[in-house]
Amino acid sequence: MPEIDPSFTALPYRELGAAALGRAQELGVSHADFRFERIKHQRLVVRDAVLQTAMDADDVGFAVRVIHRGAWGFASGVVLTTDEARRVAESAVAVAEVAAEMTATPVEIAPEPVYADVTWVSSYDVDPFAVSVADKAALLVDWTERLRRGAAVDHATASVGQVLETKYYADSAGTVTTQQRVRVDPEVEAYGAGADTFDSMRTLNYPVGRGWEYLTQQSLHDWDAELEEIPELLAEKLKAPSVEPGRYDLVIHPSNLWLTIHESIGHATELDRALGYEANYAGTSFATYDQLGTLQYGSGVMNVTGDRTVEHGLATIGYDDEGVQTQSWDIVKDGVLVGYQLDRPMGHLKPELNGGRSNGCAYADSPGHIPIQRMANVSLQPAPDGPSTEELISRVEHGLFILGDKSWSIDMQRFNFQFTGQRFYRIRNGELVGQVRDAAYQATTTDFWGAMEAVGGPQTWELGGASNCGKAQPGQVAPVSHGCPTSLFRDIRILNTTQESGR
Amino acid sequence: MSASTGHGVDPQSLVEHALAASMGDDCVVVVRDSTSANLRWANNTLTTNGVMHGVHVSVVSYVEQAGGVCTGSVSGSATTQADVDALVRAADAAARAASPADDANPLVRDRTSPDWSDAPAETGIGVYDRVAPALGEAFGRAGDGGRVLYGFVDHRVTTTYLGSTTGLRLRHVQPTGHFACTGKTADLRTSAWVGTATRDFSDVDPLAFEAELAQRLAWGQRRVDLDAGRYDTILPPTAVADLAIYAYWEAGARDAWDGQSVYSRRPTGTRIGESIARPEVTLRSDPAYPGLECAPFEVVAASSQDSSVFDNGLELGPVEWIRGGELAALRQSRHTAALTGQPVTPSVDNLVLEVDGGAGSVEDLVAGTERGLLLTCLWYIRTVDPQTLLLTGLTRDGVYLVEGGEITGAVNNFRWNESPVDLLRRFSHASATVPSFSREWGDDYFSRTATPALRVPDFNMSSVSPAN
Repeated sequence: MPEIDPSFTALPYRELGAAALGRAQELGVSHADFRFERIKHQRLVVRDAVLQTAMDADDVGFAVRVIHRGAWGFASGVVLTTDEARRVAESAVAVAEVAAEMTATPVEIAPEPVYADVTWVSSYDVDPFAVSVADKAALLVDWTERLRRGAAVDHATASVGQVLETKYYADSAGTVTTQQRVRVDPEVEAYGAGADTFDSMRTLNYPVGRGWEYLTQQSLHDWDAELEEIPELLAEKLKAPSVEPGRYDLVIHPSNLWLTIHESIGHATELDRALGYEANYAGTSFATYDQLGTLQYGSGVMNVTGDRTVEHGLATIGYDDEGVQTQSWDIVKDGVLVGYQLDRPMGHLKPELNGGRSNGCAYADSPGHIPIQRMANVSLQPAPDGPSTEELISRVEHGLFILGDKSWSIDMQRFNFQFTGQRFYRIRNGELVGQVRDAAYQATTTDFWGAMEAVGGPQTWELGGASNCGKAQPGQVAPVSHGCPTSLFRDIRILNTTQESGR
Repeated sequence: MSASTGHGVDPQSLVEHALAASMGDDCVVVVRDSTSANLRWANNTLTTNGVMHGVHVSVVSYVEQAGGVCTGSVSGSATTQADVDALVRAADAAARAASPADDANPLVRDRTSPDWSDAPAETGIGVYDRVAPALGEAFGRAGDGGRVLYGFVDHRVTTTYLGSTTGLRLRHVQPTGHFACTGKTADLRTSAWVGTATRDFSDVDPLAFEAELAQRLAWGQRRVDLDAGRYDTILPPTAVADLAIYAYWEAGARDAWDGQSVYSRRPTGTRIGESIARPEVTLRSDPAYPGLECAPFEVVAASSQDSSVFDNGLELGPVEWIRGGELAALRQSRHTAALTGQPVTPSVDNLVLEVDGGAGSVEDLVAGTERGLLLTCLWYIRTVDPQTLLLTGLTRDGVYLVEGGEITGAVNNFRWNESPVDLLRRFSHASATVPSFSREWGDDYFSRTATPALRVPDFNMSSVSPAN
């Protein structure tokens, strides 16, 4: 088990936290919390065997959040002195003073047990920052060189983002947590041109809550096999026929379906959205609170959980940014909406949920931002004795098999969506008969999930995800994972994107 | 000199210390001192609010080795000389470990801003001294009128200091702000939005915006359901800004040269010189454009596909990206300019779309439309096909039916599939260019735009969205 980075524990966060919380309490706040974070980030980009971008960032800062006179106040700073910590606390209280004049509904937060000085570290083997840039760049150079051996490949890129996030939290109730997590986000893509088109083909890996071992251990991802087949897959795609628009049965691989889950279930079941707190920006939700327990979200084979505890999940952590111990729970059970994602303010608004507690979904992407209700790892469960991907394909007479994500878009209530993919294979009479191109699927969320006839077994389940989920004002990004099995959907609309463009 | 860093070390000293500490052959240091203040509201009450202060330092080290110049780029929060020392050491080490950069060029030399020695400019919660009470009054008016308000105001001031071992001492103050508010009827079935960019909030009147939202919600009292299809559609300046920004972001010279964008000429080269829009169209940027002023010099923390650390400090001036309907320039560094044989035209942080002969306002376009749609704004815009720059997205917060030159009701929302490059060829009417605010990108990424409203005779509404 890795330990908390000693260069982090050498920083004076406990003194700053005590000074800030003490000053906030002197000013009479009803709640105060203090967050100190260090986020190390490195991004490398190699294009055609040349290192194009090598960027290191190391951001340290702290934030004070208060509830005062029934209003939130938040302030952040970067000068690591106790005087500055006290000044930032005073700024947070001053913001609350301004806000209190315009706050009609006093802010309150759901209760949570106190955790006295607990530590949590994510599961990884190799700290990516312990590997030299030269070694990492050499690996990416090798990957692009391998791709460029393919006759159809004109250019190839390989990139990897790496994050080491360490944070300390303390609040006026007495909870103190120190946590660390690591994630890596590799991406490898080949580009080529055909007679009348150009296109690309990307590997099907995901960003993960693992260390550098994810890029070097074939048991975690079979990089050799993918790098070998990508040029051929790209060549086939460039010559593939354009899809005939219409209605198809779809077998969707986890490498594509994770993103549909993210957009149409993950965001739709955030309670702050359902209650209007994101209405000006990311939007609200069709899954309104009055439909809890009755909304037929999808077919009876649909079971979805929220989980901030799954090993290697991007949203996995021990305690959230409001000092809540993380949990897992049901969101959709046998096709019916049964749960939401909550932070402490949302938990207070709906005390009948989760026993009156938050389920641990507060997160801020940096010390410069206020924690908001954020997505857990939201995952579709497999059928315990469910079919393989090949069995699902065999059930389709006229359909498509979709792998890999590409373009995505959904409306502000999470009804209408449109997605493309890396590869669309035509299925005819239960067999794959080659790729088609220019395809996108378009549906309404409940229609789509209602059309899910079968989910695959555990052997088809993979944990996908994204590093860059956006939400809130000021805008924040968050990493989140979504697991799912290969799944079968009947009678879904397929567009031809070339025809959509009017060509 | 005052020190926004809060403890006696001013940004200029951080720059000088870093330059002196670097063991590289050359070094560029960028210090960004940024303060911000925001208010957010929902359900006619304030929700999360905050003030932030950050000092961010980027160090680029340049080391000459066999085969060329190697670079290392390291950034981080830094407020002390010790913090800066750590960044410099890391950048120097990264440069020594790197292979020669293929974008190497001579560094820019010897220029000093007249205000170099000035302290960072700041903002704070006080910027809302006039706006906040008016907002509170707007909440009351909305509540009394059966309306619900959701919105956000943000103001940021970033002071950038760029210094180099080659004699650059450049400073720029960038204020950035916006007001955006969504209004809904009490039953939440009808929605409207207003938004504007601002530099200092002196020109923002929340009560006027509340009144405009009330008028737009009133337009929705008559509901009309329409099917998907191609419609004569008026895109207001905010929606045109959404699309123009995407066309600009995709205008990287390297991607075009490599055959990977709508601006590529296949099998090789770019479409510079080719007619891609109606001849009346000009798309341009200008750091000195009144009201949209932005940094007049290049700042690059790490090289990428479209920018080069060797270009730090390069003067930025007016650029016409589309001139007389022809593609005239693409975003490029000195490195990509050498590849493409075109002038050096790095990105500029503002964008202006103008149409010769464009006149009047959105209301004038409405008055001239027999039957069509008026949009409010666009949302969740993503690339579907880069070779045509086919985008998809949704309409949001108000689609209105125009009949006989008047707005006669509100229509359901749509998913659309369109290319902004194609729209610049197909539009039939344009208004005058005015300051605009992109709904999707203005908040976080790109707020300095001026665009006209455009009327497009056959805008592709691909399917109906039941969202409201």
